[in-house]
Amino acid sequence: MDEATPTLADLKPMPNPTPDTAPYWDALREHKLVLQRCSDCGVFRHYPRPLCEHCLSFDHTWEPASGRGSVHSWTETHHAFNPGFKGELPYVLVTVDLEENVRLQLQLRDAGLDDLRIGLPVRIDFEAVNDQLTVPVARLA
Amino acid sequence: MHRQTAITGIGETRYSKNSGKTVARLYLEASLDAIRDAGLSPKDIDGIIPYSNSPVVAEELATNFGIPDLKFSATTPLGGASPVAALQCAAAVVSAGICKHVLVPLGRNGSSGGRISTRVQEMPQFKLIGEFEMPLGAIAPAQLYAPMARRHMELYGTTSLQFAEVAVSTRDNAIAHGNAMMSKPITVEDHQASRMISDPLRLFDCSLESDGAAAFVLSGADAARDLRQPVVEVLGVAEGHPDSPSAITQRPDLTRLGLAKAAPRAFAMAGVKPDDIDVAEIYDCFTYTVIAQIEALGFCAPGEGGPFIEGGTIRRDGKLPVNTHGGLLSQAHMAGMNHIVELVRQLRGEGGNTQVDNAEVGLVTGYGDMGDGSVAIMARA
Repeated sequence: MDEATPTLADLKPMPNPTPDTAPYWDALREHKLVLQRCSDCGVFRHYPRPLCEHCLSFDHTWEPASGRGSVHSWTETHHAFNPGFKGELPYVLVTVDLEENVRLQLQLRDAGLDDLRIGLPVRIDFEAVNDQLTVPVARLA
Repeated sequence: MHRQTAITGIGETRYSKNSGKTVARLYLEASLDAIRDAGLSPKDIDGIIPYSNSPVVAEELATNFGIPDLKFSATTPLGGASPVAALQCAAAVVSAGICKHVLVPLGRNGSSGGRISTRVQEMPQFKLIGEFEMPLGAIAPAQLYAPMARRHMELYGTTSLQFAEVAVSTRDNAIAHGNAMMSKPITVEDHQASRMISDPLRLFDCSLESDGAAAFVLSGADAARDLRQPVVEVLGVAEGHPDSPSAITQRPDLTRLGLAKAAPRAFAMAGVKPDDIDVAEIYDCFTYTVIAQIEALGFCAPGEGGPFIEGGTIRRDGKLPVNTHGGLLSQAHMAGMNHIVELVRQLRGEGGNTQVDNAEVGLVTGYGDMGDGSVAIMARA
């Protein structure tokens, strides 16, 4: 057989990047977290978008993020709203404040609900879902 | 727009898991009910604002009704805040003299026609969530709202038992009301034993998926006096959008809602205060969102919503009766159109088993698209 046997994980929703967002996903495949930064006023923004809301500049660069952040809030999911995640239940999603003053929604690794509190330091790591998609995950710092 | 318009007709179907009817048919049934309730004929309708997330558009309704001269149609794309935002839109076009009688209907096969809870990725307003959160496993509204509730609990000490009070009180109202999908009483213990969906939200914290339709007709306040029903005037109405409207995750304060911006505008237009409200129909996609909106409306300070609802405050005989029809949690998920219908019924004094005594001034909210808010304050003239 040339093709791998499909698994449930193949049913996961996949991003459909646009020219405005593709550099984010391209960098993740190389295990790098990059963020849009306004070339004129220097403010980081996320999720990626064309315009800086602070100075209305379209000019931006993609800069490596520190990968350091802290927990803002969280949830533990017990129901698979997409069958691709059935094998991972329950899983913890954390809302993380990055040092760059943007937020990421991430799955938490190596820790559970009992470990969580607002402000808990975390670091960003990377996990390949398949050849096209690598996602950031959070680990305790 | 203060006291320039009134809701002159209301209509709704039975609510069920499987209507056996097309969405268009449901729309038409509830719309006809509302038009006839007002004492009007479909040919009197000159504006239509159907639900934005809907396969049925104004043209289809105008064709079925044989409306000869439709002067206005639009949609208000605010998810569950759409019906009350549509009320604002309708009040604006009637006040401006563009239309005389605007029909605002909503119908759906939200249970039999595909679950609403996982349909989020098909909606353009959620493209950022679709690209950046769903691939990580944050897919359904329950998962996206849960961190708001968790943050509120951590900051203010809000508890799951307080969520349970919303669920139990709302179920009790649904059973007394009659036209509701849920007919079995629940206790706090039942709530605590219901399965976890996305912590801290349990099954009984989540709204229903429903088939059915509801509708209202809004007319000029002067015209309303010549129609069939007791006049229920619009005192004030407003919509508000949260900071970072596209994604909850990026919101500076997860617990601050668009409604917090809309509420002061609506109360100022209405010329009343939270203390003047006799009955409130509050959009209840989740139990937590009722508590968060009670704060945003100014019934209590931010963070005090949990203690506020304890001790029977939101029961039918409490200080602030809430969701006298059973809401989205226990009547049906009609994206809040059923909340508007119920408020009008209460203010007419036609609330049946769940009628609040001396209900003269009432309030209805909408809440949708991850934090958009809308609120209308109405009174019996």
